[in-house]
Amino acid sequence: MSDYLVLHNGEAAPQAQVPTLSYEALRDGLIAGVTAGCRVLALFATPMAGGHLLWLVLGCPTEGGFRLSRAAIAGDNYPSLTPAVPAVHLFERELAEQRGLVPEGHPWLKPVRFPGPRQGRGDRPQVGEMDFYRVGGDEVHEVAVGPVHAGIIEPGHFRFQCSGEQVLNLEISLGYAHRGVERSLVGGPTPRTLPVIETLAGDTTIAHTTAYALAIEGLTCTAAPPRAQAIRAVALELERLANHTGDLGALAEDVAFLPTASWCGRIRGDWLNLSAQICGSRFGRGLVLPGGVRFDLEPARAAAMGAKVAATFRDVQGATKLMWDTPGVMARFEETGHVSRERALEVGLVGPAARASGLSRDARVDFPWDLYRFEQLPLASCTRGDVFGRAWVRWLEVQRSAAFVQEQLAHPPEEGSLRRLPGPLPPDRVVVTVVEAWRGELCHVALTDSAGRFSTYKIADPSFHNWTGLSLALRGQQISDFPLCNKSFNLSYCGFDL
Amino acid sequence: MNLVLHLLLLTLLPPLMGGVIGRVRALVAGRRGPPLLQPYYELVKLAQKSAVISPTTSWVFLAGPVVGLTTALVAGLMLPLGAASAPLSFTGDLVAFAYLLGLGRFFTSAAALDTGSAFEGMGAAREATYSALIEPALLLGMMALVLSTGSTSLAALLGGGAPSPLSVAGAPLLLVGVSLFLVLLAENSRVPFDDPATHLELTMVHEVMVLDHSGPLLGLIQYGAWVKLTLFAAILVRLLLPLGWGPAWADWALLPVGVVVVAAGIGAIESSMARTRLLLVPRMLVSACLLSAFGLLLLAR
Repeated sequence: MSDYLVLHNGEAAPQAQVPTLSYEALRDGLIAGVTAGCRVLALFATPMAGGHLLWLVLGCPTEGGFRLSRAAIAGDNYPSLTPAVPAVHLFERELAEQRGLVPEGHPWLKPVRFPGPRQGRGDRPQVGEMDFYRVGGDEVHEVAVGPVHAGIIEPGHFRFQCSGEQVLNLEISLGYAHRGVERSLVGGPTPRTLPVIETLAGDTTIAHTTAYALAIEGLTCTAAPPRAQAIRAVALELERLANHTGDLGALAEDVAFLPTASWCGRIRGDWLNLSAQICGSRFGRGLVLPGGVRFDLEPARAAAMGAKVAATFRDVQGATKLMWDTPGVMARFEETGHVSRERALEVGLVGPAARASGLSRDARVDFPWDLYRFEQLPLASCTRGDVFGRAWVRWLEVQRSAAFVQEQLAHPPEEGSLRRLPGPLPPDRVVVTVVEAWRGELCHVALTDSAGRFSTYKIADPSFHNWTGLSLALRGQQISDFPLCNKSFNLSYCGFDL
Repeated sequence: MNLVLHLLLLTLLPPLMGGVIGRVRALVAGRRGPPLLQPYYELVKLAQKSAVISPTTSWVFLAGPVVGLTTALVAGLMLPLGAASAPLSFTGDLVAFAYLLGLGRFFTSAAALDTGSAFEGMGAAREATYSALIEPALLLGMMALVLSTGSTSLAALLGGGAPSPLSVAGAPLLLVGVSLFLVLLAENSRVPFDDPATHLELTMVHEVMVLDHSGPLLGLIQYGAWVKLTLFAAILVRLLLPLGWGPAWADWALLPVGVVVVAAGIGAIESSMARTRLLLVPRMLVSACLLSAFGLLLLAR
């Protein structure tokens, strides 16, 4: 019997087929997998008699699929996996917090989301009550930023240890936006499930709902019709275009470069309006359904949108060209917030942040779903690893996504049904779905119980992987460059806090 | 009459610079922008609010804005703004001018430190570092002016019927003019030295020092900042424009026009440049010092 079960993106299998290993075998499988180029998509636990069942999902680009394995852990502690594979550090902290399953020997066992009294854990610390890492010495001073910020952004606390202007360490404490999403999804799907998924991270609506739809479709073996797949892909790329354009503008704004900042702010609105043209919501709410989509694109509307996409792309091109051609802006972007390829690999960065450090990670290429199995998008990457790299990768993706959207709008799959209704969920299954959102790949894992209801619904937002990257990027940097580095990652607070 | 005109210019003109800068920035960015008189409205609005004062602060916190504005206004009395000489003029007043502004800066920094906030301490440290480099640039530039005209009073250096110093010694004073423009940008926390429009505490220099001030206190600080900016703009205008040749009313009219042109120039720079990395700011200030020093050397040779 093999040490793991291979599943493809959106493919379901009976849970019994996932091999249950000893802890040591699971750990060896993890180390062997990561050494062979796999990445950790999810690590979570389900309760069982006398202990926990530890589930591990690795994504293997070389195999084009996922490796699933699990191990029974007796009692409430086990030797930590983090010293061997740092990429699981946050998953283990999450396990300790959610399940009380303590990883012995974890180097940084701190709270993740502070599930407080609201979740019936009155003995837990309040949000932000944490022993922050401190650097000693008279020369060192501490700067605390947040959770209330000077802009209209989400809450999060940043603690800097500085020597003069230089940052020695940045510690990020989140959890202020914790809603208990994963707990609320257990027992589903219910009519509330889809709205909850749509608002996991408001700017990533299409990506999260697509991952959820793929999970339901995989469990019930109903593939969405080709036309629906194309509309979903167009919406996903429009989401990417809007956010990348907004990010490029925000980066310009942080170095006080006005023209690009104000133009990109406006153009982001144009992209959002294109999403609204498909489904009436600028953020794509209500478009993606399990089994298909809710709205069709008539030829006339598709043609009008195609022209608008071309015009909007020209605007982005003009606005950003100004920025790339200004030496003052490039001087700020280059060599700021550097994350080496080794570090990015170690902590398991995803999305543009990983691609900017030279990693070839893109779920659209590695684990294609729906239309992406037939229509290839070239992978955009860069080896710089600094703010410039992250900006440049975004620009490359804007170009490629715009071309992709235009192509799809010009030659849509022929008209037909928009949705195949999924039936009831089969019992005792597991399904893993991965979608490349604009921030990076996100992973949904659904387990069903004997009645065909979700017994576990695990979500890993790209921000979950990347916040650590921001901490690393700040090491040895100027504290005044923090906003710029932060914007170059542009991570979600609520997507992390769930 | 001249004194009244001088006081009117000194007190009423400054906020207009803010309006012009904001308007130019908006136009370049493709926006309509706030009204030209917006800074005046804001001062009125702030004056009507009440101030929140932290219990950890002392009298220094209140003294910061008051001293900042007072020193700027008194320094303004030493500059010849129009056809007439300055209302307050004595031998060596240019040193008093420079250090009045220094005093204002000291009290602003002290008020920032008084709050005990990590942000404000950071801002004060940055401001102190920069001012240590701004001062030599300013004083070396002033010395070049002294050498070219042989007087140590601002009124004699820059106006009151005297020909523009630029016509006496053009090339060296052009260097000084560039240096003084850099000083103007740095001293008034404009791009590329600082970003007055940012909301990001960690990147601010001047703005972060006044985070805890509110209501009328904040109004005093903003008004003081506009006055200071106007003083530097007026020095530049007097240095570069041939004032004192035409009728008196032309001189009085030329100054506001010149100041508005300088403001438009600042707006144009802010719209087309990115802010430099904080660590590189001292280098730019050192280059301002060098420009002044070269001007001085050329005159003294």
